[in-house]
Amino acid sequence: MVLSRYVGASVKRKEDPRLITGSSTYVDDLKIPGLAHVAIVRSPYAHADITGIDKSAALAQPGVLAVYTGEDLAKILKNDYPIIPEGDTGHSHYKDRDDEDAIVVPKNRPIETRRVRYVGEPVAAVVAETSAAANDATAYVEVSYKELDAVIDPYEAREDGAPQLYDKVKNNISVREETVHGDVASALNDAAIRFEVKIRSPRCHPAPMEGRAILAQPDPILRGLTFWSSTQAPHWNRNEIAASLGLSQTQVRCIAPEVGGGFGCKIGGYPEDFIVCAIAWDMKRPVKWIESRSENFLATNHGRNQWAEFEVGADANGRMTALKARILLDSGAYPKALDLAWATWVMSAGPYLVDNLDYVVEGVYTNTMANGAYRGAGRPEAAFYLERLMDLIADKGGLDPTEVRRVNFIPPEQFPFETLTGEVYDTGEYAKALDHAMEVIDYKTLRQEQARLREEGRYLGIGVASYVEICGFGPYESSTVRVEPSGQVSIFTGISPHGQGQETTFSQMAADYIGADFEAVVVHHGDTATTPQGNGTMGSRGLAVGGAALMMSLDKIREKASRIAAYILEASAEDIELVDGRYQVKGVPGRGVTLQDIADKAYSDDLPEGVDPGLDTTDFFRVPEETFPFGTHIAVVEVSPDTGETTIVRYVSVDDCGNIISPNLVTGQVHGGLAQGIGQALWEELHYDNNGELITATLTDYALPKAGFFPEFESHHTTTTTYLNPMGAKGIGEAATIGSTPATANAVLDALEPWGIHHLDTPLTPEKVWRAISEASA
Amino acid sequence: MSTVSVTITVNGKTQTAEVEPRTLLVQYLRDNLGLTGTHTGCDTSQCGACTVLVDGVSAKSCTVLAVQADGSSVTTIEGFAPFGTLHPIQQAFWEEHGLQCGYCTPGMIMTTASLLARNPDPTEEEIRHELHGNLCRCTGYHTIVNAVRKSAELLASGAEPAPIDQVAGN
Amino acid sequence: MYPEQFEYQRPSSVSEAIGLLTANPDAKIIAGGHSLLPAMKMRLAAPAALVDIARIPELKGISASGDGATIGAGATYRELMDDAALAAAYPVVAETCDKVGDPAVRSRGTLGGSLAHVDPAADLTAVMLALGASVTATGPNGARTIGIDDLFVGLLTTTLEPDEIITSISLPASSAGTKQAYEKHSHPASGYAVAGVAVALQVDGTTCTSARIGVTGAPEYAMRATAAEDALVGKELTAETIAAAAEKATEGLGELNGDVYASAEYRAHLVKVLTRRALTRAAL
Repeated sequence: MVLSRYVGASVKRKEDPRLITGSSTYVDDLKIPGLAHVAIVRSPYAHADITGIDKSAALAQPGVLAVYTGEDLAKILKNDYPIIPEGDTGHSHYKDRDDEDAIVVPKNRPIETRRVRYVGEPVAAVVAETSAAANDATAYVEVSYKELDAVIDPYEAREDGAPQLYDKVKNNISVREETVHGDVASALNDAAIRFEVKIRSPRCHPAPMEGRAILAQPDPILRGLTFWSSTQAPHWNRNEIAASLGLSQTQVRCIAPEVGGGFGCKIGGYPEDFIVCAIAWDMKRPVKWIESRSENFLATNHGRNQWAEFEVGADANGRMTALKARILLDSGAYPKALDLAWATWVMSAGPYLVDNLDYVVEGVYTNTMANGAYRGAGRPEAAFYLERLMDLIADKGGLDPTEVRRVNFIPPEQFPFETLTGEVYDTGEYAKALDHAMEVIDYKTLRQEQARLREEGRYLGIGVASYVEICGFGPYESSTVRVEPSGQVSIFTGISPHGQGQETTFSQMAADYIGADFEAVVVHHGDTATTPQGNGTMGSRGLAVGGAALMMSLDKIREKASRIAAYILEASAEDIELVDGRYQVKGVPGRGVTLQDIADKAYSDDLPEGVDPGLDTTDFFRVPEETFPFGTHIAVVEVSPDTGETTIVRYVSVDDCGNIISPNLVTGQVHGGLAQGIGQALWEELHYDNNGELITATLTDYALPKAGFFPEFESHHTTTTTYLNPMGAKGIGEAATIGSTPATANAVLDALEPWGIHHLDTPLTPEKVWRAISEASA
Repeated sequence: MSTVSVTITVNGKTQTAEVEPRTLLVQYLRDNLGLTGTHTGCDTSQCGACTVLVDGVSAKSCTVLAVQADGSSVTTIEGFAPFGTLHPIQQAFWEEHGLQCGYCTPGMIMTTASLLARNPDPTEEEIRHELHGNLCRCTGYHTIVNAVRKSAELLASGAEPAPIDQVAGN
Repeated sequence: MYPEQFEYQRPSSVSEAIGLLTANPDAKIIAGGHSLLPAMKMRLAAPAALVDIARIPELKGISASGDGATIGAGATYRELMDDAALAAAYPVVAETCDKVGDPAVRSRGTLGGSLAHVDPAADLTAVMLALGASVTATGPNGARTIGIDDLFVGLLTTTLEPDEIITSISLPASSAGTKQAYEKHSHPASGYAVAGVAVALQVDGTTCTSARIGVTGAPEYAMRATAAEDALVGKELTAETIAAAAEKATEGLGELNGDVYASAEYRAHLVKVLTRRALTRAAL
């Protein structure tokens, strides 16, 4: 393949040949001699004290090698279970509070010795010669429990007298973020449009197609441990496991091989990571644990899961003058990703100008699975609320929803724009994306069509959502570029892609920016032994941050390569330019060399004065500020009033992620985000019963969207670049998820307008819609 | 517990093994034969990551006992095209960016093969209907549907498996 | 996920299969296995032995015409969909099979299995009720015929003896060529029927002379909506008479199922809407 410019071209992914032939290696595909298998015994109770564990019957089962309890692990693991990667997220405001109201973040152990706090919590681990034997034997580990009162409802959880999950945590409060700015009370009093609403953001399940998986084995070369984990951030896991086993970071190697999706739920160590590594270390043999889908529902982070109460004021034009929010985040039983509260809070006003803001997000522990990052992680909630509120302002004021957004947008000339929560939006042209989406879908005609169909008794709904989101988190990302002596390029990155396609994107960049042979570039990731310290793939940071680090390396390589080229060509380095993969003398296209020629020289003793041999570099990009992609989505649905069923008729997305390097991959990220966001709007929700039993614990209960649920997506872009990184690129991994939930929900509620229905909680299941119509008609 | 003898032709090679009756076909393929291109994504036969061809027809190998496949001919992703080549359906998934993390992909390809064998020219609606038993969390299905359409076109035009390096590039 | 251990037997004839079932009361029949194996993997079922009847030649084959049809119990959904003569006389069968599960399920799941298992959310149970099918069940004492109305008696419960096997299903001439339709509200996760309604109508001119309506998903097990049937017979089939009959579709169905996705009240409503839709599509 010869392209003069790879950047900006849709190239076929370099990742795909191994994936479409089944020759790649996910954790469960590793073939390790002497491998033993771990199965986890899990709590059937939401809240209980463990009063005794009898392993003897399990140990007598065929093939069983060992049973580990929390007490056993406590002898192997040196530290508490560091669920929160302290200092790594860069956003831990609540931890800075040292006054008496400080919120205590409890420490836990991979297997608690005394108390379990959710159904599915590990209480013991069985090790056996085969996976089947380990699974069979779990039924023979006899655990005695003393059941305690459980608290499932987060509003109940923060009441005085509610069951307490942790002795030192007051009222089960896990986290709190707040901002008061301006005079909300007066603004509400003066508002022409004023209303209150409570909005639920449902408990969702990330559900990557590959569950979690871990294989650990003692490694004599390291005098430590190598483990393979289906994780999004292998360096974080390596550091956590090393600390926990009391080993140095040089003694522990984490490899994230092929990873079958993550969507946020594979960030950070889980109990099973520590359990499996501890067992391998203790038994001195390789052991593996593969999560079943049922376990995945019970014991892999859930997401979203907020209740939000609003008071809103707006003037007669729909300009929002006051926003008061009291948001309750259900953290589940353990402190995971507590900064989700921050993420919702920090995006409280989204793309809009708000002068009077009183916004509080509080989290509480409940006896349910922990709530963690799920694609968008706190920002989809904020955008969902705002976009519902914009539609409610339009409803109350008799205004068109697109106009309400338009009058509230932060105008382009105010960028960089500092928000009331202290973030600086880099660049944005929100109306441009809105205009583009309206043009693509022919908004005016569509409204006429909607009116016409209503006369026929058909209920079309048009839903608009404009969003801005924060992504490209730091604190840094790393890159090594090594031009091999033969001239081919190896790239090592600290991000850890698992479907995003940066092997392709980074190769495109190397091809264009240093003249690398695209086909021959190999991008290495996900191995702490070979890649520089990094922060993994999450938060739409792969390109915006990982790519920025790569650009630093590519710049350095090009600069050195140019000096060597100048030496070969007997020209001045300033006169060397890279054109179509050749370093040539400006104005003399015939005089040029390839990267291969330069590498040959770079690893020889024939080098210009002052130039060291070799052609490689390692660089760290420090994130100056986050980037803020934005966009507008418009969904068109038809609601069948007799059953409440919703059909998606059209879906137009306009996302602005700045400059695009791999258009097909960006579109793929958008499509996947749409499916998840629409899924949340229409189908997806986890339910616990009052006893803390998860009643949607399989894929026969929890509806992951299927191919037949969607029309063809119409995805478009506007381009507003950022100055924060050399590519001018913002993130795209989460954007479409953020736009699509409100656009879809708004469309359904727009269809229900004839019945005077203004808000329903998502997912907008047929029964919920039917019930609302029935009640409104009664 | 007793074992049973199974003789299954997998990717053209006939092999006999003693297995526990409870051994699922997917476990036999992965654990006994080391064919790990077939994945497991759920416990309830919803996700289709484990889809293989049994006597040319798509089957969820997590919901078929190995012993039920005794005497059958099974095709997995590893044997879908001669080694080093890509079947036109694989070419289409690559061309159309029909995958991201790749975990569901072998199953998607098998379902596509089974569908096109029965219906060589499916409409978009038919494709979406026939993919009901194959879940993908990454792509939103859009490009998978395109890949199935492209597969149909390639097969209709007489495309054959081609060496990977010859279908590389754009 | 692993089922518990079990013995596996693969008889080559119905009589051999019955012998195995008689000898081991804890044995279960497996045909397609798409209901049983997931239950065994989740350890909701743990039979001591499986008797695999999928390859018994006597259970195969479909013969259909305008004078009725005989379907081997081992016929898969795919085979039912692909049989042109069956589709001509009983189009609702193929229509419904296409709404069962997914292609992999359709190529392994069997009609006999569906009727013997009588999952409350199965599809073909309702269709067989509407078509007035009968099953031939063979046990140690020979074969007997059970009318479909006498087959289903409870949740996952039939009038089959533990050592009886459904060997074939017959569809009567009277329902061949009737006006037929199946309407379903699928669960978005499982694809099973939250509610499903199958109708088969005989019509003289525009007057309904016979109506059979099978309802699944909503009731405890598939049942006929007899009140709705009665409301149609002798009536001119119009939007009004159909709507009136559909309103009676839940009468006699007993307490309806309810879960977190769809309450009993909503399912009752769905049954009425789906009945109206099925009748409308079949008749108008």
